[in-house]
Amino acid sequence: MATILPNTALESVPVAPVETPWRRFVTDFMASPLAIVGLIMLVAIIAIALVAPLISPQNPYDLNQLDILDGNLKPGSKAGPGYTFWLGSDDQGRDMLSGIFYGLRISLGVGVMSSVLALALGLSVGLLAAYTGGRVEGFLMRVVDIQLSFPAILVALILLAVLGEGTWKVIAALVTVQWAYYARTVRGTALVERRKEYIEAALCLGLSHRRVMFRHLLPNCLPPLIVVATVQVAHAIALEATLSFLGIGLPITSPSLGLLIANGFEYLLSGKYWISFFPGVALLLTIVSINLVGDQLRDVLNPRLQK
Amino acid sequence: MTVFIIRRLMQTAVVLAVMSLLVFVGVFAIGDPTAILVSPDSDQIERDRAIAALGLDKPLWEQYLYFLYGAFRGDLGKSFVFNMPALQLIMQRLPATLELAFAALVIALVAGIPLGMYAGYRPESPVSKTIMAGSILGFSLPTFWVGLMMIMVFAVQLGWLPSTGRGQVGTIFGITTSLVTLDGLAHVLLPAVNLALLKLSLVCRLARAGMRENLLMDYVKFARAKGLSARRVVLVHVFKNILIPLVTVTGLELGNLIAFSVVTETVFAWPGMGKLIIDSINNLDRPVIVAYLLVTVSMFVFINLAVDILYSILDPRVRLAEAKG
Repeated sequence: MATILPNTALESVPVAPVETPWRRFVTDFMASPLAIVGLIMLVAIIAIALVAPLISPQNPYDLNQLDILDGNLKPGSKAGPGYTFWLGSDDQGRDMLSGIFYGLRISLGVGVMSSVLALALGLSVGLLAAYTGGRVEGFLMRVVDIQLSFPAILVALILLAVLGEGTWKVIAALVTVQWAYYARTVRGTALVERRKEYIEAALCLGLSHRRVMFRHLLPNCLPPLIVVATVQVAHAIALEATLSFLGIGLPITSPSLGLLIANGFEYLLSGKYWISFFPGVALLLTIVSINLVGDQLRDVLNPRLQK
Repeated sequence: MTVFIIRRLMQTAVVLAVMSLLVFVGVFAIGDPTAILVSPDSDQIERDRAIAALGLDKPLWEQYLYFLYGAFRGDLGKSFVFNMPALQLIMQRLPATLELAFAALVIALVAGIPLGMYAGYRPESPVSKTIMAGSILGFSLPTFWVGLMMIMVFAVQLGWLPSTGRGQVGTIFGITTSLVTLDGLAHVLLPAVNLALLKLSLVCRLARAGMRENLLMDYVKFARAKGLSARRVVLVHVFKNILIPLVTVTGLELGNLIAFSVVTETVFAWPGMGKLIIDSINNLDRPVIVAYLLVTVSMFVFINLAVDILYSILDPRVRLAEAKG
């Protein structure tokens, strides 16, 4: 039994941490070891993508640094300029490791960019539908339903077949594929939130519709949206890689992971596996880590599962 | 029921009309229609003749009607590359794609349902946990890369299975398919498994969720109280109820599999319509692109319609709600 002396009271009594929503969120999230692994992997991948030019042994797109004699080397071979091709080299003598670092930049960039744009579009449509109701809502949601009844890859294929090639066209196709998911999620949540008393209270105070919509309704619709957004970034990255692999995605000037894999396709049959294998592993790790984080976020942010 | 089907048919008609308009606007109004519909090798006189023949000098709404008229007669232009009607070309390739999608669906269901049911029946066992962890991986694996790796392992390194083409085809009930010859089956195995992996996790998760929900239901308690064996309760009573969500998803996923076969067909050089569209995009063979878009969109609209109707037959609650609303 500890007796509390008046003069030491302040130091000896442990201060209970204040239970803020953020702290609770962090504790809940950290409850799953798998999610922590996913988060660490994801942070590492993002860091690599951000500083790729600084940590890559070679700039794979600077022709002065390439030597065709170093082409198609096995993983671990020594290169002419004095460094090692840890993951081998491709037919042009590019270091695969550097190629992957640069590819991650492009893949992540396109994935995140398209998701952010789709989020903005879907959010506006969903909020508008839920807030106005009636015919506008019926029409918007029918459009969402119809679009979601077509597979993402088909929609992207149609758009790119009609629009042609180019980075912005790929992003446009990815936005078109994704926005409906956001719109549906936002509308579903907003419909529930709309009926709650705080909205009524805000309207009674005479606040403008716009203010109620963006300052009151929107923040409360965010949690499920964050979950959808994580999953959608993973989808977007996978879809972009697929489209680029098929040769209808990003142009050769933006060598994403999908293009690197496609590039190694022809060498695969002669046993040179590394050109396709390692970029694929990088792609897989990226998608798995995002999905692991997304899975845990869904559990943590799901109000039905909250204790 | 009739009201329900009529409503759905009307919605289908609207979707088709909107889609044809979108394809029309995409190909004819945004792009340069002469570049799309007249072979780039043709000279100025040929070009002018084609413009007149295609009615491209007429106002846009008239062109749209003309386009619809052609589409209804199944006349969507000639492929520049194969020099045969685009629609006929696609219909020739369709069976190979359907066969692949069908084989993949069967594999996904036959493997996925038992795995998922087991994982739902014993959620805490290590085997179930492995199945669920595997299903996250299944969601994350990029199909085309898995296909490449399968070729590398089974075709290049082990040399067990062929990696390209459809193999020998046989005829059964008047349908030409590679599912009836041994060589054909060997060819279909890798691409079908590759395509199936995509849906395996989904089927597995659905079966698991259905199992867990249904085990808590009163009818299960009742069946057990009646003294039925655990085996019969699970394999007959629960199984039937798990099928409802699975049928819907299977229908929708069949469409998805057909769409995704674009990827698998490209990887395994499977001569289906997915490979055809990619080749056509790369060759700028635009009549084929337009025909492909119209055919797949109509196919999807009808698959969705069939699923809706099937669903309303399986689950009376849907059709009642719809008839009231």
